[in-house]
Amino acid sequence: MKVGSKLEKVLAAGHFAVTGELGPPRGADVEVIRKKAEHLRGIVDSINVTDNQTSVVRMCSMAVCKLLVDMGLEPNLQMTCRDRNRIAIQSDLLGAYALGIRNVLCLSGDHNKFGDHPQAKNVFDLDSMQLIQVVRKMRDEGKLLNGQECEGKASFFIGAAVNPFGDPFDFRPIRLAKKVAAGVDFVQTQCIYNMDKFKEYMRRVVDMGLAEKCYILAGITPLKSLGMARYMAKSVPGLDVPDYYIKRLQGVPKDKQAEEGIKMAVEQIQEIREIPGVAGIHLMAIEWEHKAKEILERAGLLPRPEVN
Amino acid sequence: MVVAERKPIQEIMEMVAGYNKILLVGCKGCVTVCCAGGTKEVGILASTLRIARKKEGKPIEIVERTLERQCDPEYIEQVADVVERDGVEAVLSMACSVGPQYMAKRYNIPVYPSLNTTFIGGSLEHGVWAEFCQACGNCVIHHFGGICPVSRCSKSLFNGPCGGSSKGKCEVSSEIDCAWQLIYDRMIALGKLDELTKVFPVKDWSTSRDGGPRKVVREDMRL
Repeated sequence: MKVGSKLEKVLAAGHFAVTGELGPPRGADVEVIRKKAEHLRGIVDSINVTDNQTSVVRMCSMAVCKLLVDMGLEPNLQMTCRDRNRIAIQSDLLGAYALGIRNVLCLSGDHNKFGDHPQAKNVFDLDSMQLIQVVRKMRDEGKLLNGQECEGKASFFIGAAVNPFGDPFDFRPIRLAKKVAAGVDFVQTQCIYNMDKFKEYMRRVVDMGLAEKCYILAGITPLKSLGMARYMAKSVPGLDVPDYYIKRLQGVPKDKQAEEGIKMAVEQIQEIREIPGVAGIHLMAIEWEHKAKEILERAGLLPRPEVN
Repeated sequence: MVVAERKPIQEIMEMVAGYNKILLVGCKGCVTVCCAGGTKEVGILASTLRIARKKEGKPIEIVERTLERQCDPEYIEQVADVVERDGVEAVLSMACSVGPQYMAKRYNIPVYPSLNTTFIGGSLEHGVWAEFCQACGNCVIHHFGGICPVSRCSKSLFNGPCGGSSKGKCEVSSEIDCAWQLIYDRMIALGKLDELTKVFPVKDWSTSRDGGPRKVVREDMRL
């Protein structure tokens, strides 16, 4: 056990893990967060808190993580390289540990061009791979990037993201191998819709022995409507939504599309559970946190295991 | 070369609105090559300004010059007669932003830039230029098949494509090639893919602008 976070314990015990996601609000309303978080209580092992996702200004991830800690929930702090340099990153990591945060997800970050402040100057002092190295050095050596000793170690269970559907496809398993070499403990994938492609990715990853070196959580985002499916297919870079899903949603009346979306998510989870090398799922029910319980229930993933 | 493009005419008109006589000075260096501020462009801009001001009933006198370079003091000196004795009220430079700064340093009248300096790059085809360098001060392109990840990847990533790489294009725009797709293809062609499997270490940005404004001193050349 490296850190002993709940997520690490669940995975180490061999349980099929479930992580959830909470997008902080554009504003300082704490009640929004409490409400979203309560929907996830008891049904996921830990909760990702996004870091200004899609480069849109939101309440900061670390503050929301702390609110979750205070609520007795376990957060995964998402940290991008877009908005902070190595000084800010390391400072934030030390602070996050002091606040009781134990899981960190290391990301490059969506480009600011997509966000609500496209005029912003971006940073990208480090990339996600190098960020993983920084967090590992802090945990395993108790040192900053420059080699200086930390007074009091900041130890995190280290996560990262992978996109099996980004190009070039053949490089994607190699990129995961690099993240493993850099020191990642678990990865969460981009939302999976193209199951054949994901299976092929997992086959290669398992052959390379990577599934034994890090836990791979498969990303699931339920499609709430036909409109959302079309948006995900057309406008989200690096997503692969086959026509099958769009046709299926087209085939049901508008008021039944949400139910169909849940059904499809449940089927996806069941199919993913059979894929060798998958250690769990990462459920990103975007602005649909209140449906997470139903999806997980129907997928047979509740109740969540107790770990000590 | 330094690639630049002319500012919108309206912006330039506003800059010179209060003057009756100006010096418009081009540069025979990079901005001539990228068709932004050479003799030809000086002539076009001067005519455009004269016509526009005549229409407004406020004619402007424009002295046209194009210097060998505007990034060396000796050439800046060549317009001293015009600036100091011809009653020129302001200088409008058509060089990259080094030019107007040199002009402002030498002459005690207002200086305006008529170009936006865009990047260090090269031409892709007639009329198209693209960025190839960000002057980070420590070239590493040989590790990436001769393709610069700092300037050509939108996120300056050193360890492979982000999740937004799709069909060879960058998530930022379908007009931008994914630098990492290019690097990947090139390394395969060179039989060096294994070099991309190693984690590329954190970059020292102190040689870049992050270390403060830079200076190159060649002791062997100093007088």
